[in-house]
Amino acid sequence: MKAAVQVRMETGAYAAALAAKYARVDVVPGYPITPQTSIMEAVAAMVENGELHARFIPVEGEHSVLAAAVAASAAGARVFTATSANGLLYMHEVLHMASGGRLPVVMCNVNRGIFAPWTLWADHQDSFAQRDTGWIQYHCSSNQEVFNTILQAYRVAEQINIPVMVNFDGFAISHCLMPLTLPAQEDIDRFLPPFEPEWRLDPAHPSSFSNVTMAEDYAPFRQMLSEDILAAIPLVKQAAQEYREITGMWDGDTIDTYRLEDAEVVVFAINSMAAELKLSVDILRDEGIKAGLLRPRLYLPFPAEDIIQALPKNAQVMVLDRNYNFGHPGGILAAELKSVLFGRRNDITVKNRVMGIGGVDLTRRFMANEIKAMIDE
Amino acid sequence: MATSIKKLPDNEQVLSGNGACGGCPATMALRMVGKALGPNAIMLLTPACAVASMGMTPRLGYNWPCINITFASAGSSASGISHALEIMKEKGRLQGELPTVFSWVGDGGTYDIGFQALSAAAERNENIIHFCYNNEAYSNTGVQRSGATPRGSFTTTTPTGKSQPKKNMALLMLEHNIPYVATATVAYPGDLYDKVVKAKSMRGTKYIEILAPCYLGWQFDMAETVQLSRMAVRSGAWLLWEAENGRISFNNPTAQIISGKKAPEPVDEYLLKQGRFSHLLKGPDARERIAAIQSDIDREIAFMRERAKIVI
Repeated sequence: MKAAVQVRMETGAYAAALAAKYARVDVVPGYPITPQTSIMEAVAAMVENGELHARFIPVEGEHSVLAAAVAASAAGARVFTATSANGLLYMHEVLHMASGGRLPVVMCNVNRGIFAPWTLWADHQDSFAQRDTGWIQYHCSSNQEVFNTILQAYRVAEQINIPVMVNFDGFAISHCLMPLTLPAQEDIDRFLPPFEPEWRLDPAHPSSFSNVTMAEDYAPFRQMLSEDILAAIPLVKQAAQEYREITGMWDGDTIDTYRLEDAEVVVFAINSMAAELKLSVDILRDEGIKAGLLRPRLYLPFPAEDIIQALPKNAQVMVLDRNYNFGHPGGILAAELKSVLFGRRNDITVKNRVMGIGGVDLTRRFMANEIKAMIDE
Repeated sequence: MATSIKKLPDNEQVLSGNGACGGCPATMALRMVGKALGPNAIMLLTPACAVASMGMTPRLGYNWPCINITFASAGSSASGISHALEIMKEKGRLQGELPTVFSWVGDGGTYDIGFQALSAAAERNENIIHFCYNNEAYSNTGVQRSGATPRGSFTTTTPTGKSQPKKNMALLMLEHNIPYVATATVAYPGDLYDKVVKAKSMRGTKYIEILAPCYLGWQFDMAETVQLSRMAVRSGAWLLWEAENGRISFNNPTAQIISGKKAPEPVDEYLLKQGRFSHLLKGPDARERIAAIQSDIDREIAFMRERAKIVI
């Protein structure tokens, strides 16, 4: 294992483009949107200079990005793309086609607040608004995790024929340089074999795809999708473990934890803020508060059993949401967490704050203070 | 001379048994298209009559792999398939002659919701054929107005007749500088067949628009589809032309109308055969309303005659 490993300083956006290259993707439709643009620029350059043997299709909008992506996938190609915020929203109906059509596209979403008013900076309203589209969603907290997760995402997507969205925060991850360990290509090739779909558009086998169905056929298709998304959980774990065996790298599987075992105060958050929260946990520990972190890497399917197992007895869980659950107080993660704890872990107290909206800076000290204030509520 | 209908190949890509209306012009045209394309092709459809009539899952009345994609997406999805096939061949995962990638889309998916993606695909000169079977309305959803609906026509969303003329979509596609644009209609099957054969042989974006008189939307006897198609051409309401690498030439009988050898037949007979224009007969302004349609037709003939003279 681990021949020819390199360590470089790269942005999260470039790490994503490099992962697409390591995955040997075939087709990449793309359209610019801040802060995702650098990923498509990097892919276009790699295709142009021959570093990546693929087709880059510069289409005219995000709806067409995903429409080209799903069709290329149906033709048998491994497909990659990326978007952000309103671009993701513009794709919405095609997101449904990708999952309902069981097309294993992998797409990065570089999280950014939604228009209106206009913002360029991170929050999670964009991807959470796609909760019910039938995609698997990861959230990453470092450049390395972005790289690793994209490769794991292809493994999972192609095993179960469900598209995967790999989320990470705009600017905090996409534009920040961090050390990036690049495994040997041959190790990745062992981890991720070539895409060989069971079915593709092939004139030797005329068949219809996503044609009209009557209720007796439609309902079972939807039921299958619902069940298969849940069945992705063991595959996500297996992909993370095998990736570790081959590359030596580990970001957690469905969840990542930090100083959790004996924690009385558990911080529950995702994406880049969860990396900073490890430092907040250290601050709180130094002040005598038994704090710990539980970070879901996987947002969908929601890793309910792993969370239920991991939470220490009688913990207070402080959910820090970087999104709003409009029509309800607080954020969406808190609502998701409460729904899985109900009747299963009645010893747990859940508290919730919304913060970091539209890129409001989330420092270790700020979040430590917020958590302390929540303890007394 | 166009290929005689008697000399068309025997292969059938439209199989017996599908859900199309009797006298459906789109299905008739698709049969001719199939003879020209042969079996080595991949078909894209957007939600429309051709999907509703192809057979319910898992049955299929077209002898190709068929993908029904989102309504706005024929241009982008066809591009995705075309690139996928080419890169898979380059990487050795596909062998032999690559299939023709073609979209079979109505006027809604071409003129209206699909216009942006189609325009972009043409600008990129993607290696695809886009067919528009133009029945001049959203027939599948029960006949609503589209950008292809002509002035004066009743639809359920223009109950007193549309007040604007249709747009010249084929000409708009020509102005994307693509290698091949053609118009056709079911009354001239050999002409359609020849145009598809030509499109298939060329690389880049090819656009073929087929006027498809729809008995349901246009309100005529379903046995008269072909006759309506012929009347549309003879009156000049539909012009048969093609443009290879930007050079427009007209096909008969349109060529004779353009050159002035033959006058177009007055549009009255064509209009009055269709229930969708029957309100034109009513009221004191009937003559003016018919005259407005005639003037749209005269303008298009004059414009296309002059446009064809631009050869650079």
